[in-house]
Amino acid sequence: MRYSGFRIIKEALTGNRGWQPAWRNPEPKPHYDFVIIGGGGHGLATAYYLAREFGKSRIAVLEKGWIGGGNVGRNTTIIRSNYLLDGNEPFYEFSLKLWEGLEQVFNYNAMVSQRGVLNLMHSDAQRDAYRRRGNAMHLNGADAQLLDAAQVREMVPFLNFDNARFPIKGGLLQRRGGTVRHDAVAWGYARGADARGVDIIQNCEVTGFRMTNGKVQGVETTRGYIGAKKIGCAVAGSSGALMAKADQRLPIESHVLQAFVSEGLKPTIKGVITFGAGHFYVSQSDKGGLVFGGDIDGYNSYAQRGNLPTVEDVCESGMALMPMIGRARLLRMWGGIMDMSMDGSPIIDKTDIEGLYFNGGWCYGGFKATPASGWCFAHLLATDTPHETATAYRFDRFRKGLMIDEKGVGAQPNLH
Amino acid sequence: MNQPNRLAGGQIDRSKQLTFRFDGKTYAGHQGDTLASALLANNVRLMGRSFKYHRPRGAFTAGSEEPNALVELRSGARREPNTRATIAELFDGLEAQSQNRWPSLAFDAMGINDLFAPFLTAGFYYKTFMWPKAFWEKVYEPIIRRAAGLGRLSMQPDPDAYDKGFLHCDLLIVGSGPAGLAAALTAGRAGARIILADEDFALGGRLNAETFSLGDSNGPHWVAATLAELEAMPNVRIMPRTTIIGAFDHGISGAVERVSDHLLAPLPGKPRQILWRIYAKRTLLCAGATERPIAFGNNDRPGILLGGALRAYVNRWAVTPGKTAAIFTNNDDGLRTASDLMAKGIAVAAIIDTRSQGTRIEGANHMFGARIVDTKGRLGLEGIVVRKADGQTQTIPCTTLGVSGGWNPNLHLTGHQRGRPVWNDAIASFVPGDCPPGMTVAGAANGQMSTAAALNGGAQQALTLLNDLGFATSSPELPQAEDAEIRLSPLWHVPSGKARAWLDLQNDVTVKDVKQAHQENFRSVEHLKRYTTMGMATDQGKTSNISALAIMAELSGQSIPDTGTTIYRPPYTPVSIGVMAGRSTDGHFRPTRLTPSHKWAQEQGASFVETGMWLRAQWFPRPGETHWRESVDREVLATRGSVGLCDVTTLGKIDIQGSDAATFINRVYCNGFAKLAVGKARYGLMLREDGIVMDDGTTARLAETHFVMTTTTVNAVAVFRHLEFCRQCLWPDLDVQLISTTEAWAQYAVAGPNARKLLQKLVDPEFDISNDAFPFMGCGEITICGGLRARLFRISFSGELAFEIAMPTRYGDALIRKLMAAGKEFDVTPYGTEALGVMRIEKGHAAGNELNGTTTAHNLGMGRMVSQTKDSIGAVLSRREGLMREDALRLVGFRPLNNQDPLKAGAHFIAGTNPEAATHDEGYMTSVAYSPNLGHAIGLGFLKDGGNRLGETLRAVNPLGGDAVAVEVVSPHFIDPQGERLRG
Amino acid sequence: MIINHPLLGPRDAQEFTYLGDASLIDRPDWSAEDANEQYYAYAYLRDNPAGLHRELWFHEQGDRSWLVVTRNTLTHEITRVELASDVARLAGRSR
Repeated sequence: MRYSGFRIIKEALTGNRGWQPAWRNPEPKPHYDFVIIGGGGHGLATAYYLAREFGKSRIAVLEKGWIGGGNVGRNTTIIRSNYLLDGNEPFYEFSLKLWEGLEQVFNYNAMVSQRGVLNLMHSDAQRDAYRRRGNAMHLNGADAQLLDAAQVREMVPFLNFDNARFPIKGGLLQRRGGTVRHDAVAWGYARGADARGVDIIQNCEVTGFRMTNGKVQGVETTRGYIGAKKIGCAVAGSSGALMAKADQRLPIESHVLQAFVSEGLKPTIKGVITFGAGHFYVSQSDKGGLVFGGDIDGYNSYAQRGNLPTVEDVCESGMALMPMIGRARLLRMWGGIMDMSMDGSPIIDKTDIEGLYFNGGWCYGGFKATPASGWCFAHLLATDTPHETATAYRFDRFRKGLMIDEKGVGAQPNLH
Repeated sequence: MNQPNRLAGGQIDRSKQLTFRFDGKTYAGHQGDTLASALLANNVRLMGRSFKYHRPRGAFTAGSEEPNALVELRSGARREPNTRATIAELFDGLEAQSQNRWPSLAFDAMGINDLFAPFLTAGFYYKTFMWPKAFWEKVYEPIIRRAAGLGRLSMQPDPDAYDKGFLHCDLLIVGSGPAGLAAALTAGRAGARIILADEDFALGGRLNAETFSLGDSNGPHWVAATLAELEAMPNVRIMPRTTIIGAFDHGISGAVERVSDHLLAPLPGKPRQILWRIYAKRTLLCAGATERPIAFGNNDRPGILLGGALRAYVNRWAVTPGKTAAIFTNNDDGLRTASDLMAKGIAVAAIIDTRSQGTRIEGANHMFGARIVDTKGRLGLEGIVVRKADGQTQTIPCTTLGVSGGWNPNLHLTGHQRGRPVWNDAIASFVPGDCPPGMTVAGAANGQMSTAAALNGGAQQALTLLNDLGFATSSPELPQAEDAEIRLSPLWHVPSGKARAWLDLQNDVTVKDVKQAHQENFRSVEHLKRYTTMGMATDQGKTSNISALAIMAELSGQSIPDTGTTIYRPPYTPVSIGVMAGRSTDGHFRPTRLTPSHKWAQEQGASFVETGMWLRAQWFPRPGETHWRESVDREVLATRGSVGLCDVTTLGKIDIQGSDAATFINRVYCNGFAKLAVGKARYGLMLREDGIVMDDGTTARLAETHFVMTTTTVNAVAVFRHLEFCRQCLWPDLDVQLISTTEAWAQYAVAGPNARKLLQKLVDPEFDISNDAFPFMGCGEITICGGLRARLFRISFSGELAFEIAMPTRYGDALIRKLMAAGKEFDVTPYGTEALGVMRIEKGHAAGNELNGTTTAHNLGMGRMVSQTKDSIGAVLSRREGLMREDALRLVGFRPLNNQDPLKAGAHFIAGTNPEAATHDEGYMTSVAYSPNLGHAIGLGFLKDGGNRLGETLRAVNPLGGDAVAVEVVSPHFIDPQGERLRG
Repeated sequence: MIINHPLLGPRDAQEFTYLGDASLIDRPDWSAEDANEQYYAYAYLRDNPAGLHRELWFHEQGDRSWLVVTRNTLTHEITRVELASDVARLAGRSR
């Protein structure tokens, strides 16, 4: 069923009785060419592009719960390609370009909204670093603008310019950055994949891998054994636990990141703003809630919830930046499990086991990567070669000393 | 002033009349009212508009679960959007406005949305607004955004203060209804330290809203007597207006106390609210229950309330939303509402009971087996349409309706650590399942719905918990109380044809939306919520989630528990962002660290700059200087020409002592330190274990077993932590002790050709600091000014003959003044961080911009410093192939071909005529300065294979600014490359 | 969270700074034949268990002890707290 304004009118006039399921609930088949573990944004996008771009069929996505229930359903919805390093920037720019045409391609309004991402700077050294980054973005074909304090003030006059502990000295603006309605990304990919014959199998948890002679044959699941020629793992925070079933140790730790939304407010903040003297990022959703976040709690966790000190720290930064939000109320907070890698950058690579492929280590930046991650993982699964924008995302970069460390904090995941 | 809907009785203080304004109109109420009760007393039922269709709405509840009656409270900078009128305590002079409507509450132009409702069903926006492509951002979304949102921010800084505090107790009791009070009595008498917290301003919970007897007294009287006893106990802390917002790890609860929200403005010196972190050995949740409605056609009109809320308004606040009432119920609780209303003289036109039979109230019009299918009235209820047991419909005029669908336990806190509730058929709702460690539940929150059960449950749970904690206890005598059994026949919604039946009142989610979500396969609870926005509003679906779940279960043919449960997350009710931040706002966001010479520098008119938490003097302008560069150039030239002074206290200092101190330092630096002589200092390069440079600095050996290490300002804390890790975790038996002495010593650089001469005027004569006795990299403990202890290091960041002199911090201010006085004859010049930066760039010293966490010793041209012959942190991994490439980035110097051209840090290097593209990117500029000694800009930067490219011309491109500068690759040592000055 | 410091008693976790897996105590021998490989695994690979996790916390706002905390990553329950230096000695680390 194609969605359109005309369809909505037609359905409205006939009692909205004609709407079809957005995806089917198929029974798992005994064998597939491709099994993608993880029905989150990355897994669904992978299946979608495998079918759509690489012409593959006999594809299944296995999800232990409900699709879109992980980090794609719980994030601060930001998209951007303001990366510094060669290994990253082309990939994220590819992703941003995919976002830009996504809705027309998969016929689902995910509300991709390029209202801009503004990184504030508070010191001369930060300006130097942002200039280096902005120039790197330009060299990679992305857009960036360096603003001085007056320009920032004109753009977002409500920030704390006059009483700040760390004065705002300017900002790096990417106008093409913005936000996307996160749940709709999962649903749009699911619907698109389903329409191309992908079996999306919910409530199907992978409990083990079946292997012979170093080659993977299929997966044991709570809904029985499912054979596959190739298996791709895209399970974010569960990466360590899942890959342990294949005896793989990863350069990844699982950490909890909390995110926050306020009660609905009349529009105030147009784009995304990030604070440079504390870890804080904020935007306002189309419904009016301030959506914001900060650092991960900082300790290994699979508990999907965090603690008060981080909440307080995030709100302190929010108030330091925007003292007018003091009387707005924090409505809801939630914790997601982040696959924090050892250099803060992801992995899209084959594993030591033939037929088993891995996509993870997204830290807490996975949402913006969803389209390119799916595309590049599909590329790897389909062709056994990395996509040109994802050649650096290999496991062996750590062994070889080719880390992609945007923050420069080294092999300590909770600092990335 | 007249309050037409005010009844007799209630727990308001009629002696205190309060005046308030709503939407510009003045009304009167009483002490003890909420804004909602006071508005109802004045016959104002219409209080807000819904989010999506802008339907007229009134108070639906009498508590914090309110979905409808949201207002903007107060004005100016104190404007507070989305405030629930049902819990906003009335005060004299209160000002409130309705929100999310235009031009007025009674006539809201956006109400037109309601007419288009068939087009605006669940998730409609995912299916349209995609064409033409550009229109989403340019047309559709701006319209949607303008229409969205609820209340308005003031857009001014919040003028009120917030505090944070910490509390400890044996037992935290959440909620002060019958269960909470019984528990508090039990625990209080046993001598346990308890905290009794309730979100309401009046303690007692439902006991304030009910009329039944409690022993030989009634609810409010028993509450008053109990509170009097508790208040007299020193071990009991009673906290009204305090919401427990979350149950966090290890028995820690977050609580927000609204200290001043019931006042016109906080009293002087008092905060508006306080965030408490409560450390409780045990937590007893006695949070009661929330009533749920039954959905039916047009069940959202102002005047339609939950039955228990209607009863609370009548009994506690002595107000009624309307003179003629009706009751719609599926359980006996609805009958209690009816009889209480009748007792207050309110006409009850009908009791529509979905059950086929039941108890009768004398004189009441019972309609058994009946359903409400529709309602009348535009801005307020005027009548209900009832389909009777025989299938006939009848319209009954009434102006208020109490709807009672059963009660859901307030078990939210039990789920904050992802405990799942379990279904209970008797109350047709969820009761607590796994609780967080240390938490138990009593009373209605635990499914014990009668007053007697709640009282006994609270006391019993308290006894159990106290016994766990080792207290001697005895049961308190509890009053006789009603112990009615629950008689409920679950009904979630009435099929209502064309009329929409509302579930989530704020977000306008209807039964049909749930049906459509099911039809489109959004069937899990999480999908249902996200697709329809069910339960996502400010009330978090407290009155609607279970009903929506039940309807989804009905549609799927599954049981309710099989369909799912909601995951409860903090906060229990929304909390102000300000209280979470406390005092850490504006200039107090983070501490400010001041250097020992700060006061003196202020006197000199210095300009200051943030360096991490530190404030450092950036430059010292002199009269007549109009541009910072003038000051900085002068400071540089004066230093290199004679002598300059700079406060370098902010560098980290770590005192290292012990017989193994040399061994230890030799392992944490990649270069050799084992053989450093006493009285000597050495430059040290510290790697992280992954082989990347972590920090650098000088370490001086003051004695055989005593070293002083310096770190960069920004890494002082991280390096100290790292050294403690090495000491305790890697080599626990080395005899070495560390202490951070950054703040213990004031340290000044004295640099320039006259540095020695200046110091000689202060250093006591028995200490020879001549070049022979105290050569470059010498160090020692000395005395100055006639016996004052000091340390002297002959180290140089500027490249000049230079010393750093350190004294205990208390002498810092005196020392800078003394140095300035002694240096007068040399025209001594204080210099700030800018001149410091210029001189270090002139010398090619790496600093923060170069040590950016990705650079190796190899990149810095110090690869050979990494010893191959000893164990040191980071040495092994520093030798990985990717870090040792021949063509790796190398630190080199740059100068513009044209002396007038400025350089920019952050520019990238492109060779020859290559295009400005990432594939041709060969490195980047890290630091730049104008060198007053050379008369042109200079820069440091990383360039691929830079060491072999001296003399080459490149473009330093800055596409951000659209400019590019031709630069020559030069040695990074711009001044005195042989280092003759610093050895002089 | 509350960490029951073996010397100081219960302390709020906010006083501490977290590092990571306690296997960081097991720093390999730099002179081993396969030191490169051992150091790669030491620095980069993690068990990352969903369950009991032994991990390093530094009492930065306190007595500067490094502690090994045994904590369940699914529930955050802490079952054991030891001085890291004791753990290191037990693991055979000395000088």
